[in-house]
Amino acid sequence: MSAASIRVNGREEPLAAGSVAELLAGRGIAEGARGVAVALNGALLPRRRWTETGLAPGDSLEIVRPIQGG
Amino acid sequence: MTDRLTIAGRDFDSRLFLGTAGYPNQQVMLDSLAASGTELATVAIRRISLDGYSESLVDVLGDRVALLPNTAGCLTAKEAVLTAQLSREALDTPWIKLEVIGDRELLYPDVEELLRATEELVNDGFVVLPYCNDDPVTCRKLADLGAAAVMPLGAFIGSGMGIRNPHAIETICARSPVPVVLDAGIGTASDAARAMELGCAAVLLNTAVSKARDPVRMAAAMRDAVAAGRGAHGAGRMPVRAFAEPSSPQLGLIGT
Repeated sequence: MSAASIRVNGREEPLAAGSVAELLAGRGIAEGARGVAVALNGALLPRRRWTETGLAPGDSLEIVRPIQGG
Repeated sequence: MTDRLTIAGRDFDSRLFLGTAGYPNQQVMLDSLAASGTELATVAIRRISLDGYSESLVDVLGDRVALLPNTAGCLTAKEAVLTAQLSREALDTPWIKLEVIGDRELLYPDVEELLRATEELVNDGFVVLPYCNDDPVTCRKLADLGAAAVMPLGAFIGSGMGIRNPHAIETICARSPVPVVLDAGIGTASDAARAMELGCAAVLLNTAVSKARDPVRMAAAMRDAVAAGRGAHGAGRMPVRAFAEPSSPQLGLIGT
C-alpha cells in the first residue's frame, strides 16, 4: 500500500481527490445525483457534507445505490 | 368497498409487495410490476460499479411505485443499520425491509441481531419491516420494539415451497398488534391466497413471479390470488367436517 492511497468500494486507489465531492464528481456523480449514498470509514456521510469532507490516506469509502432486489 | 392496508400511516390499495430481482429483462420487470398492481417494490443497496455507467434503477422505476429498500445480505445488526442509513440517504425514505441473515445457505434470520437492529433503527426514526422467522414470540418481540409490521417467512427465501407452517402463520396473524406480511417462500398463486386466508395483511414475493415461465401473467395471477384470499378471509370459511354433509335437501326424495 502506497503512502497516499484510499479504498473505494473495496478497491485500493491513489488518493487524488481533495474532497469526497471531488472524488464523486470524478466518477460522474454530482451532488444532486438521485439514489446515491456514501459511507466513509463505516459511517454514513450525508450528502450535505460531501463538499466539506476531505480525504486522508487509508480512508475507506463506500459508494452505493439501489439495485434490483427482493 | 375500501379495504385498505395501512402501515405506519401510509395507505395501500394493493396488498401485494413485489421484488424487482431476477426478471428475464427490465421490460418484463416493469410489465410485471404493472400487472401485479403493487404499490411497493423492494430494492437492494449495493456498491456502484466503478467500471462505467449503468442505468439507475431509481430512474427506471421513476414514480411508478414506492420503493422499499432492503438490507439483504447483511449478517450483523451493525451492517444492517449502516445499510438502512445508506438507503434512507439514497432513496429519501425511512422505510426499510430489515434482513439480518444468520446462515448464508438457508438465508434464515439471525433473531438476536434482528432484534438489536430493529431497536436501533426504530429509535433512529425508521419504519422497520423485519423479515423474520415464523415464530410468534419473535414476532411479538419485534412488534414490542416498534416494528411497523412483521414479515414472517413462509419457507426459505427463493425456495417456492409455499407456507410450511400455516398454523404458526395463522397464530402470528391472530395475535399480532401490527400488520403481518408473509415474506418468502411463495411459489404460486395458491400460496399467496393461502397466506391471505390465514389472516396476513399482505404478501411480499419476488421469485415466484420473476422465475415463472411468464412473469407478467404470474404477476396478474398473484394480484388476483391476494385479492381472493383476502376476500375469503373476510368472508369467513365454512367449518371443516370429517364426514359428508349433503348440500341438497333430504326431504322430498323420490321413492321414499
